[in-house]
Amino acid sequence: MHEGAPVNPWVALAYLVAGICFILALRGLSSPASSRRGNRLGMLGMAIAVVTTLITHEIASPIELGAAIAIGGVIGFVTARRIAMTAMPQLVAAFHSLVGMAAVLVAAAAFLNPGAFGILGPDGEILSISRIEMGLGVAIGAITFSGSVIAFLKLNGNMSGKPILLPGRHVINLGVLAGILGLIGYFVTDQSPWVFWTVTALSFVIGFLLIVPIGGADMPVVVSMLNSYSGWAAAAMGFTLHNTAMIVTGALVGSSGAILSYIMCRAMNRSFISVIAGGFGAVADSGGSGAAIDRPWKRGSAEDAAFLMSQAEQVIIVPGYGMAVAQAQHALREMGDKLKEHGVRVKYAIHPVAGRMPGHMNVLLAEANVPYDEVFELEDINSEFAQTDVAFVIGANDVTNPAAKTDKSSPIYGMPVLDVEKAKTVLFIKRSMGGVGYAGVDNELFYRDNTMMLLADAKKMVEEIVKSLD
Amino acid sequence: MDFISILSIFVLACFVGYYVVWSVTPALHTPLMAVTNAISSVIIVGALIASAASGAEVAKWLGLVAVALASVNIFGGFAVTERMLAMYKKKG
Repeated sequence: MHEGAPVNPWVALAYLVAGICFILALRGLSSPASSRRGNRLGMLGMAIAVVTTLITHEIASPIELGAAIAIGGVIGFVTARRIAMTAMPQLVAAFHSLVGMAAVLVAAAAFLNPGAFGILGPDGEILSISRIEMGLGVAIGAITFSGSVIAFLKLNGNMSGKPILLPGRHVINLGVLAGILGLIGYFVTDQSPWVFWTVTALSFVIGFLLIVPIGGADMPVVVSMLNSYSGWAAAAMGFTLHNTAMIVTGALVGSSGAILSYIMCRAMNRSFISVIAGGFGAVADSGGSGAAIDRPWKRGSAEDAAFLMSQAEQVIIVPGYGMAVAQAQHALREMGDKLKEHGVRVKYAIHPVAGRMPGHMNVLLAEANVPYDEVFELEDINSEFAQTDVAFVIGANDVTNPAAKTDKSSPIYGMPVLDVEKAKTVLFIKRSMGGVGYAGVDNELFYRDNTMMLLADAKKMVEEIVKSLD
Repeated sequence: MDFISILSIFVLACFVGYYVVWSVTPALHTPLMAVTNAISSVIIVGALIASAASGAEVAKWLGLVAVALASVNIFGGFAVTERMLAMYKKKG
């Protein structure tokens, strides 16, 4: 592992094979058909990495290790089996926090006992390069941990999803970040414990400060970003341990999260920096929407909706976060089935930022047994709205707002939206006319001649429509 | 291994990650996050080494806790991915 220690080529090879398994695990996700095989390969890779470490390193007593793995494994497994699909965003955030914490603990253990990790130089001090790697590892790990805890609390509803803005937060954040980087640099010259622990503490603080001002609707970006960080933390520790499996995995996970963050930002037409700076949706509450209240709009009933859709040739369903909140996916699928019995073609259109994490809506529809070949991405289905009789919007708002295409003063101007207004009729489920979407802007769509508002709880409304379709 | 060889592996793996992740279908982005979560727990390798640490009691306990945390992720991450992927079905 390090200078002087015997390097067993088989060990290095085994970690490489584990790394390849992880690459193939992600590759499998290019289609649902190959995805399960990919997941199995991921498990295989993990087994190879763990077993290799167990047989080639001095390890703790099997009882202690067995207990640690069993406790963690049972908690993880049971949680994974029981968790509701609608709670997937908070589960992923919770899991990210654990990776972050594990990275912090490993870095701390390496700092306290560098000999076991083979990172001591001939002078008995930790190698300079290892100090940088370790410092970065503990910093990224700690940010991942505290950031994910906040993301979890927001997604789980334990903490308001509204952005919480501290005065002068940009100055504080930049100061703390500069402090962390400066201290990691200083760590190279002085390996005193206080440097290491101060970096750790400051990193916990900055993770907290970074996520607190970010609103609930920007969570897809935050969750992706933290996913990326958990990867970089693993990679940094892989550098310290000279372990190929960890480096390859860290690079994969790091790029994966970064790409997802990019896709989410693009889908909101916002820069990554502006999302991270936070506060979106907090300012718009103050006014502006008052003028729109008196505009005329049409209200429909479940019977109207059922009649319109049963007469249609094609219906496109546009789900959003509201569908997840109302747990309406099963009722929705039933509605789709009923419509198909009436000879209607049913499709689903998913905006990339619908929901609270990338792919959130797809999972919920899959859970409700909607075949995945009826579910389409924005760019694949947007041209079809013009030839569609009914667009059925359930729990989505801003992603359907035509103002994003026309109104330059709108905060969501330039964001790619679903062209639902081009359908002959738009049915829009909403609790009441009062609330606005997360961007805090009124939706033009409500007041159009071809829009019919269905004001009710999403699940109840869909269930009533199903009854009327009989 | 010297630093430069490790860095080379890392940089090349980033490129592999870039191309592989862009080929993931958007419908599977949630399982992607769950599975990347599971595999990033390969950090358990470091935790296992730490837990062995003879002569450094604190480091050993930190290692054991890290092993437990990473295990939550490994078992939980793969299991929840498996559960999600099993739900994706084709028509008919």
